[in-house]
Amino acid sequence: MTAKATSESTWQQDVIDAEGPVLVDFWAAWCGPCRMVGPILDEIATEHPEKITVLKLNVDENPNLAMEYQITSIPAMKVFSKGEVEKTIIGAKPKFALEQDLAAYIA
Amino acid sequence: MRQVIIIGSGPAGYTAAIYAARANLEPLVIASSVEAGGELMNTTEVENFPGFPEGIMGPDLMAKMQEQAERFGAEVLYDDVVELDISGDIKKVTLGSGATHEAESLVFATGSAPRKIGIEGESRLSGRGVSYCATCDGFFFRERVIAVVGGGDSAMEEATFLTKFASKVYVIHRRGELRASKIMQDRAMANEKIEFVWNSEVVDILGEDAVTGVVLQDTVDGSTRELPLQGVFVAIGYDPRTHLVHQSLELTEHGTVWVDGRTSRTSVPGVFAAGDVIDPTYRQAVTAAGSGTVAALDVEHYLAARGDAGLPATEVAEIDGLADVGVA
Repeated sequence: MTAKATSESTWQQDVIDAEGPVLVDFWAAWCGPCRMVGPILDEIATEHPEKITVLKLNVDENPNLAMEYQITSIPAMKVFSKGEVEKTIIGAKPKFALEQDLAAYIA
Repeated sequence: MRQVIIIGSGPAGYTAAIYAARANLEPLVIASSVEAGGELMNTTEVENFPGFPEGIMGPDLMAKMQEQAERFGAEVLYDDVVELDISGDIKKVTLGSGATHEAESLVFATGSAPRKIGIEGESRLSGRGVSYCATCDGFFFRERVIAVVGGGDSAMEEATFLTKFASKVYVIHRRGELRASKIMQDRAMANEKIEFVWNSEVVDILGEDAVTGVVLQDTVDGSTRELPLQGVFVAIGYDPRTHLVHQSLELTEHGTVWVDGRTSRTSVPGVFAAGDVIDPTYRQAVTAAGSGTVAALDVEHYLAARGDAGLPATEVAEIDGLADVGVA
């Protein structure tokens, strides 16, 4: 399963008003490490559908959100809980390392 | 059990895989889950790889190398080695997924990782204005003032690339002259957005949640001063990635894996090393590829001498589809 895309127009309902934790992957097509980590996040989303929602935000198409959340390096993965950033992971990591970082949500 | 496992998927790893695959050794390449393709994946145009007179994008070059290795039967796994047991005759590799693989021989081609300056603000602000990859992060510094730290080819390449986004790019170098090749220097010096800051060392990076400036120390008179800016790209060189083997293989004074003369033989029989991880000096895509060739040929000889490779590789290659006949 591929994680769904979110955007500036759906951000409020997708992320801010969401009930459970939402991991947002800030990415871009020209970012090599983003292309590597994308499928890993898809796997994590598939394996824990009821624990965490995984969404992708293209920073080229949504520059205002990238600026608002002070993104200066991608991939950047932020876990939102009740609309607030609860955790930030910067840089592509292997699956086992991401699972450790996200243990509080998916373990 | 495999005849050979290759750890790493840069020019050294994939070239070793091409040669080993053509010798019917059916290599398994552990490519890494998120860094497959190696350092060239983070570069833009590669202009000095022979055979590409118009230049080629780094990621495209690596995709072609992988395709070439797979065409001859190399198997590529997007996983990471978390444990390596090379003490015995059979080498054992444990991956991040938990899977284990065994082989009679191993090519260690893990390359190198960007060197850190080693100051407090650097790790604290990493990903918050401090970056090691201009092509990944330059986009976020549109109309900002930034600095590239370093004086080599990669520093010049990054500085030139970053002028596409930034309003100004300082190149901070601790000496009064550059280490970079003439063509890269000339290109950077001709760029009006680039300003060189000579004889200066970055001793601190300032900012709470985002970079606001750097503290520079003059390497001649020792004086310090602040330079306000919003981004720092570190390009001061690379360190060989030896963390998997620093206990088990002999290293050199440079921290690279020791190999015997011009061969790829390490201090452990059956373990061969190639590419940036053995090279403190040249570290080019082409030299790494050449080094991968050496490793694959050394593996062939090693397996043949063990007797279990059976026929010399060239003869095996001629018996199409019977690659396994020689295996004892």
